Amino acid sequence: MAAGSQPVTRSLAALAAALVLAVTLGTLAAVAWRAEGFAGVGPAARDALWFTLWQAVVSASLSVILAVPVARALARRRFRGRGAVITLMGAPFILPTIVAVLGLVAVFGRSGVVNVALRALGLPEVSPYGAQGVILAHVFFNLPLAVRLVLQGWLSIPAERFRLAASLGMEAGAVQRALEWPMLRSVLPGAWLLIFALCLTSFAVALALGGGPGATTVELAIYQAFRFDYDLGAASVLGLVQFALAGVAAALAWGLARPAVFAGGLGGVVRRWDGGGWLRLQDATVIALAALFLLAPLLAVGLRGVAGLAEMPAAVWWAALRSILVALASAALCLALALPMALAARRGLWVQLVGVLPIAASPLVIGTGLFILSYRWVRPDEIALAVTALVNAVLALPFALAALVPAAREMRAGSGRLADSLGMSGWARMRLVTLPVLRRPIGFALGLAAALSMGDLGVIALFADGDTATLPLQLYRLMASYRIDQAAGAALLLLALSLALFWGFDRGGRANAGA
Amino acid sequence: MKTPLIAAGFALVASMATAETLTVYAPDYFASEWGPGPAIKTAFEAECSCELEFVTGDVLPRILLEGARSEADVAIGLSQDEMARAAASGLFAAHGQDVSTLTMPVSWEDDTFLPFDWSHLAFIYDQRTETPPTSFEALLAMPDDTRIVIQDPRASAAGLALVMWVEELYGDKAGEAWARLAPKILTVTKGWSEAYGMFTEGEADMVLSYTTSPAYHIMAEGDESKKAAIFEEGNYLYVELAAQLVGTDQPDLAQRFMDFILSDGFQTAIPEGNWSFPAKLDAEKLPETFRTLPVPDKALYVDAETAEAMRDEAIETWRQGLSQ
Repeated sequence: MAAGSQPVTRSLAALAAALVLAVTLGTLAAVAWRAEGFAGVGPAARDALWFTLWQAVVSASLSVILAVPVARALARRRFRGRGAVITLMGAPFILPTIVAVLGLVAVFGRSGVVNVALRALGLPEVSPYGAQGVILAHVFFNLPLAVRLVLQGWLSIPAERFRLAASLGMEAGAVQRALEWPMLRSVLPGAWLLIFALCLTSFAVALALGGGPGATTVELAIYQAFRFDYDLGAASVLGLVQFALAGVAAALAWGLARPAVFAGGLGGVVRRWDGGGWLRLQDATVIALAALFLLAPLLAVGLRGVAGLAEMPAAVWWAALRSILVALASAALCLALALPMALAARRGLWVQLVGVLPIAASPLVIGTGLFILSYRWVRPDEIALAVTALVNAVLALPFALAALVPAAREMRAGSGRLADSLGMSGWARMRLVTLPVLRRPIGFALGLAAALSMGDLGVIALFADGDTATLPLQLYRLMASYRIDQAAGAALLLLALSLALFWGFDRGGRANAGA
Repeated sequence: MKTPLIAAGFALVASMATAETLTVYAPDYFASEWGPGPAIKTAFEAECSCELEFVTGDVLPRILLEGARSEADVAIGLSQDEMARAAASGLFAAHGQDVSTLTMPVSWEDDTFLPFDWSHLAFIYDQRTETPPTSFEALLAMPDDTRIVIQDPRASAAGLALVMWVEELYGDKAGEAWARLAPKILTVTKGWSEAYGMFTEGEADMVLSYTTSPAYHIMAEGDESKKAAIFEEGNYLYVELAAQLVGTDQPDLAQRFMDFILSDGFQTAIPEGNWSFPAKLDAEKLPETFRTLPVPDKALYVDAETAEAMRDEAIETWRQGLSQ
């Protein structure tokens, strides 16, 4: 019986969960331990808390609401270049902050194309700064993630269901009620939670575009406590506050979630029989608008960077190579953590709880905690790249789980039963059932983990030295040395590499799946 | 017969013993390929027959984390606003230099922290600004549609220096000054890089940077359109510091490096490496652009103890002034 494979999976999952706990709560404990007592937090931190909460609610809600029509349009339309559009639209999420900020400013800034057009038409201008700038940037970053998660939900509805609905003569509205709404009810709360928690820990975005005391987040307060006041006590209190907030978010999301159970399908293309005519036009418009919103800033970064690409020094290319290796290691490790956790999750509650910790954690607290735990035994720069790979694998875990857990749940309900009845277990079951069925979310998880790791700057700052710099760090160095053109070139290179990694893995996962 | 062999053996041991490593903690911008670090490393290694290794990152937080166990022999790149906290840690030793002959606009007296370069804080503008401000008061009186980018004092050394500048000039009225500046502030960025990028992309009319920033545009890009606003009452002085650590296991080498900092070998790497003024270099040894760079007649300077005492309140004033 398949029971033979369960204990192995479960102990691997327990091991993975322990590692996640150590990296998140363990590092927080290390910081608190070194702090020798907690410190109070002042009115500035209270204001930051309120701003953080409301902008996260608004940003997450907007991202998720806007994602539904986009994902629906992508799920029911097939057109040339659809795969490329899906991949490219995912790009903002994996962008390093500074690249995204430069792109958004180029499009929505005072001298950007949007305002030039508005001025020509005699319309009032828009500003990408202040609170609306924070929300604009967060939707820009997180809409692609929301679209992918919701799209994943649509693709998880077996094609046979739609065929059945069509043969019963169901119109779009009826399909929505019978098939799409139950799926959305199970997918949206989790997506909202992920994005809410992401916006809670947002730091550089709010600072660069939001600007100023009116738009200060908790993560900035942590940075301030650590970097400027060297107050580890305040940093750990704020880190705990962040954890508590995400915990409340998780509880709320579970309360809302109604897992939809679908009978097994064959994993084919989502063919649809409903929605011709004006729905076709509506879908085309939605896809075009979303693509424009998400791709124009990337295009702006690309155009700006072409000139600088040719004159980049060798150090940039070495940094790029280092970043690629870290990204590959991080992706592999992320999957090694996520797969057993997803497979072991019966109802997914504890996995989601452990899985949400990394986004609730402050990267700054994690970095500082690991530093405190390690520097007595090893030189930080010797483990800089390994630590970056590990921390980014853990940070990408929530996204990998969000993609894997629903798919694994359905697999258990579907082909899992067949495998059980055939007595398949161990490696054979993994190779013949699990991996082929989960191929799509695995590809997505690997791609996302690799790309996120590629653009990371948070953790490495405490550990790296000149010889272990990654590409984002090198980009900041170029800017700090006034080499703006070369920095633009490095930004383009970073953008291209992140996309290529994501595309490569995601493409691999979707091969033969007909998407 | 054996004597030459033994002598060679001693020589080998001696050379191994002298090929020691001096570990210097430095900020990224200092040690990077485009900063002054590589030239300084080459020059120092040529005279010390040792190896100089830069370890980059956030210098002071890292040293405070590591405490007495730190591997750092010397720390470089601290700012004067961090000085009092660094001194209070008791981790830093006397520099042992004669600081009476520095080429700085203020006299230096601290015997622990050694300045290695300086410049004035300034708002940089280009040809879009037709009548640049000639005082801080004129800056506050500029039209409200002027777009200025500054940095966050809680995340950036330049941002913190600006807060000190306003506090020093306006005292009890600092809150009002911030409220007057607020409508002109396009945004507040985390670091210098983001802010300066917005300025060069044409997004802002002015950016908080240094009086020496135009030198880069002139010397490296042949672009003379970017200028620093020089204020009648003087601009805030920004000084970068180095110090050796009490816990160093290479006290002699660390001392030699401190001696080296004020020598020409180090100081000539500063103008075009760190784009600021060397702390001790005769004017004729400066690149021509630096000699003709407009600088304020006066330097506003806040000493370390005063800066430390007013920091928290100044940041809170800034926060409230811009929140309204």
